[in-house]
Amino acid sequence: MTAAAVAITPAALDRLLPLYARLDAGTVLRGLGPTLARLLGAGALGQRLDAVFGLTHPARVRTAADLCHTTPLRLVLHGPVATPFKGVAVPLADGGALLNLSFGYRLQDAVRDHRLSGSDFAPTDLANEYLYLVEANTAILSEARRASDRLRGARALALEQALTDPLTGLRNRRGLDRALARLAASGQPFGLIHIDLDHFKRINDTLGHAAGDRVLAEVAARLKRAVRDADGVARLGGDEFVVLLPGLRGRARAGRVARRLLRDLERPLPLLPPAAPLSASLGVALWDGAGPAGAEALLLAADRALYRSKGTGRGRITVATPADTP
Amino acid sequence: MHGLINTAIQAFVGDAFGQAAWHSTLHRAGLWDAIGPDGFDALFVYDDAVTRALLDAAAAEVGRPAESLLEDLGTYLVSHPRTEALRRLLRFGGDSFTDFLRSLDDLRGRTRLAVPDLDLPDLCLRDLGGGRFLLIAADGPPGYGHVLMGALRALADDYGALAVLDHRGPGGGSCGESLLIEVHDPAFHAGRRFDLATAQEPP
Repeated sequence: MTAAAVAITPAALDRLLPLYARLDAGTVLRGLGPTLARLLGAGALGQRLDAVFGLTHPARVRTAADLCHTTPLRLVLHGPVATPFKGVAVPLADGGALLNLSFGYRLQDAVRDHRLSGSDFAPTDLANEYLYLVEANTAILSEARRASDRLRGARALALEQALTDPLTGLRNRRGLDRALARLAASGQPFGLIHIDLDHFKRINDTLGHAAGDRVLAEVAARLKRAVRDADGVARLGGDEFVVLLPGLRGRARAGRVARRLLRDLERPLPLLPPAAPLSASLGVALWDGAGPAGAEALLLAADRALYRSKGTGRGRITVATPADTP
Repeated sequence: MHGLINTAIQAFVGDAFGQAAWHSTLHRAGLWDAIGPDGFDALFVYDDAVTRALLDAAAAEVGRPAESLLEDLGTYLVSHPRTEALRRLLRFGGDSFTDFLRSLDDLRGRTRLAVPDLDLPDLCLRDLGGGRFLLIAADGPPGYGHVLMGALRALADDYGALAVLDHRGPGGGSCGESLLIEVHDPAFHAGRRFDLATAQEPP
């Protein structure tokens, strides 16, 4: 059983469908909902649909029936603000069509561009809820971005602290391991100098730990100043330091660099009595970038060389030989 | 409670009484080590005890009873420029203050739509006729009614309505708080402007 046709006054239609258009069989606009009327302006009534809208889908219409066969319709408003619409058209008894339009996901732009308000939509329309959701979404996203930025900053700070020796500001053992692993993976030749201060315990015992700390800080500063930006300096704890020198090749050259560092460390220190100046034992190891170096093997080789420096009188450098690398 | 609530209190104390007062509040609440100068994470869900400690500490810090502080918090949330986004989201609830009151039954649901893990207490509005309403917060945390009162007073002004609000204590025969709202004139003055869509913020 088919339902009886519903007779509806234009005023009632206006309330239900503020964005409707009634077209005759030839697609001339014969009636407009109040919101659409405002959007199209005076003079739209009596014009053909394609005089007022650009037709995206279907691209061309001759009759009202053509409109009813396509869902959803896609139209674009002619004029300075090319507002896109989607629509659906149903046939009317007189051969024309009733077209209902909506803004789709571009609702917010349309409301802004045409200064629409709540009363421009039917009370049942979801425009209010949609716009609410869009704004809420934006607000939450900016909170999320803020939290994410802060987290990234905190993480960077925490990582920095985890890799840094608090007394000297140099890399700590963990930081050294990372830098060393990076160098070993790079395939670039590099040198490693292990530095152990001589008789440091004596400094602590005679001058106190506070003075000892200041000596360590000064050593760190001298090492940092003596090397290039690309080189790395780390404190292994106690009175041990490691210097990484990317690109360093050749035992002779490595020896010269190490001796220069040692002479710099031996320069007078105001804190220490002139009779007992600072000195250090150094062990140097090189990797040619090709052999099977582990970071561990290199440290071991430098350590062995350092041991020989200690064993042969201190205050000197020793460069590791291939025999030092197992 | 949701971090948004704690960040709201944080913003309120900082803006109303200064950053020093806020830091002092955190210290009083024993939260300085955990929260520190960076403050709360708006999207994290904290223990309820944190918010309770925070409010007690804030009241002690500024030397005002908690209820009056909560009312001011409510007012702040609707009227301060920093929380404009919240004011706008509330204004979506209705075209007039009376329409807005009728949408309070949906406030919990609308809030969950925006922030799925922010669960506000249920609100129930009773129309007593003649522009008089009773708003019942059946099982909100203590003080919720006071925040509501401050917020609704500010919203009435935002809408341009002339309304009188009164906290009626436990209401509806059950626990919780209730507010008596008398709307004398929904369009007493123009109120603050609200456009459904504002100009786009630069990225």
